[in-house]
Amino acid sequence: MTKTPDKPARMEERLYQNRYMVDEGRPHVKIHHQAEDSPQLKTLTRICPAGCYSTDENGRVQVAADGCMECGTCRIVCQATGEIEWSYPRGGYGILFKFG
Amino acid sequence: MSEHFDAIVVGAGPSGNAASYTMAKAGLSVLQIDRGEYPGSKNVQGAILYADALEKIIPDFRDDAPLERHVVEQRIWVLDDRAHTGSHYRSDDFNEERPNRYTILRAQFDKWFSKKVREAGALVITETTVTGLVRNEAGAVIGIQTDREGGPIFAKVVVLAEGVNGLVAQRAGLRPELKTNHVALAVKETHFLTEEKVRERFNLNGEEDGVVIEVLGSVTSGMVGTGFLYTNKESISIGVGCLVSDYAETGMAPYELLDRFKRHPSVAPLLRGSEMKEYVAHLIPEGGYNAIPKLTGDGWVIVGDAGQFVNAVHREGSNLAMTTGRMAAEAIIALRKADVPITEAALKLYRDALADSFVMKDMKKYRHLPGTLERNRDALFGAYPKALSSALQTLFRVDGVAKRDKEREMLGIVKKSRGSWWAVATDMFKLARAWR
Repeated sequence: MTKTPDKPARMEERLYQNRYMVDEGRPHVKIHHQAEDSPQLKTLTRICPAGCYSTDENGRVQVAADGCMECGTCRIVCQATGEIEWSYPRGGYGILFKFG
Repeated sequence: MSEHFDAIVVGAGPSGNAASYTMAKAGLSVLQIDRGEYPGSKNVQGAILYADALEKIIPDFRDDAPLERHVVEQRIWVLDDRAHTGSHYRSDDFNEERPNRYTILRAQFDKWFSKKVREAGALVITETTVTGLVRNEAGAVIGIQTDREGGPIFAKVVVLAEGVNGLVAQRAGLRPELKTNHVALAVKETHFLTEEKVRERFNLNGEEDGVVIEVLGSVTSGMVGTGFLYTNKESISIGVGCLVSDYAETGMAPYELLDRFKRHPSVAPLLRGSEMKEYVAHLIPEGGYNAIPKLTGDGWVIVGDAGQFVNAVHREGSNLAMTTGRMAAEAIIALRKADVPITEAALKLYRDALADSFVMKDMKKYRHLPGTLERNRDALFGAYPKALSSALQTLFRVDGVAKRDKEREMLGIVKKSRGSWWAVATDMFKLARAWR
C-alpha cells in the first residue's frame, strides 16, 4: 500500500461535497473508553471511511461524528469490545445523500 | 396516530418500496416510515437497476423513472498496479425496446419509487426513525415505536426493510449481529463530466447507452472485494468494496484504496477533468446463503439487505430486494384477504415463494463461495491477478525471444505465483466446487 499524504485535509475536501443536517449536541456515535483502547477501536482511525476517528494528545481514540455517513463499520468492528455506542441520528438528521 | 394499519414497512429502499407499493396497490392500509429527509436520502448503491424485478411490480416504469443509461457493454477487468486485463461483452441486442439493465442514481430513483408508493395509496412518513417494536403478551410483533411523539403505532404485520445496518430487528433480537466477514464496506464517488465526454470515453452512441466495469485484482490491495466503474448520463460512479474483516485486519483506509484506483493508469484518463460531487460509504451484505437470518415470525417479516439478500458474485442486490419485498407483500395480501393472522406459520407462503424463485436458488448455489474466497484470499486477490498481467505482458512484448521460450516463461510465472502446479490445480478445483 502506497502512502498518501495528509489524510485529514483531503478528507475534509471530500466530505465538503456531501450534505449533512447535524444534530448539534446530540452525537449519534459515542466511545465508552475502557482502561486501554482495544486494537479494534484503534483500527477505526484508519478504516472509518469518513475519518471520524482520530487519536488525541493522550493517545486515546476520539470520535467526531459530524462527517459520518452512517455505514455502521465501526459499530460492527467494535461490537465485541462494547466501546462504541451507536444509534441512528434522529429522523431527518445526519447524512443526506444527493445521488446515493 | 392511534390508527391500526394492515402493514407497517420500516425503510424506503427498493425492498420497502416494493413491499409498500404491492400491498397498497392491493388495497391494504400501509404505513411506511423512513428516517431520511426524503425517501432515498439515506440510501446508497453502485448502482445498477435490473429491469425484470421492477417490471414485475411497475410494468411501465420506463415511462417516468429517472434512469441514467441502459447497459450495452459489460467489462470485467483484472488489475495489477500498472495494467488491466479486460474482457468486454457488448451487444447491439441490448439496445432494445425494453432494456434489461440500467445505471441509476439511487437517491433520485428512490424518490421516484416512493412517489409511486404514495400514489398507490400508502402513507409515507419521512424524517422519522423507528426505535423499537411493540409486542403482545405472546411475543408477537404488533407495532412499532418511533422517535416522534405520539406513542406506538399498530399493524397486523411489520415488514423490516431497514437495510443491512438496520438496528430494529437486531435490537429486538430478531436477527443476529452482523459479522465482520459477512459485510463489505464500499466507498464510492460520483464524478461529473459532460454527457459528450462520457459518450466519447466509453465509445457510446448517445446519451441512452452505457458501460459498466467490474474490477478485480490490485484494486482491493489483496483484500476480498471488487471495484466498479459505471457510466451515468453525465457522471461516472466509481467505487471499491472489501470485507470489513479484511479492513480491520489490514488497517487499510478505504478512501486511499479508492484514490489509488482513480489514479490507476487505466482509470485516470476516464475520469480526467471530472468534478467529484459526492462521496459515500455503505455496507453490502456479502455473507451469502449461510448468513441469511430467520426471515419470519409472528407479526414480522424481513426483506432486502436486512435479510442478506445479495448475490455478491453477480453484483445483484436491488433486484433481490425488490423481489423479496414483493413476495413478502404478496404473502401478506393473501393472508389479509383470507383474514388469517400473520403468524410465522402463515408466512410459510413467503418462505416458499422465495425458495421457488431465483432468489433462494441463486443464494444457495453460491453458498460456499464467500468462505472459499476468504480462505484463498491471497491467491485469488493477490497472486493470480499479478501473474496474469505478467504472463500476458511476456506474450505481447516482441523482443526477439522465441515463442516457445515465451510460453515456457508464462507457464513459469503462473506456477511460481503459487509455488507449484499442484497448488494451482487445487485452487481451481476449490473455486469450481464453490461455484457449482
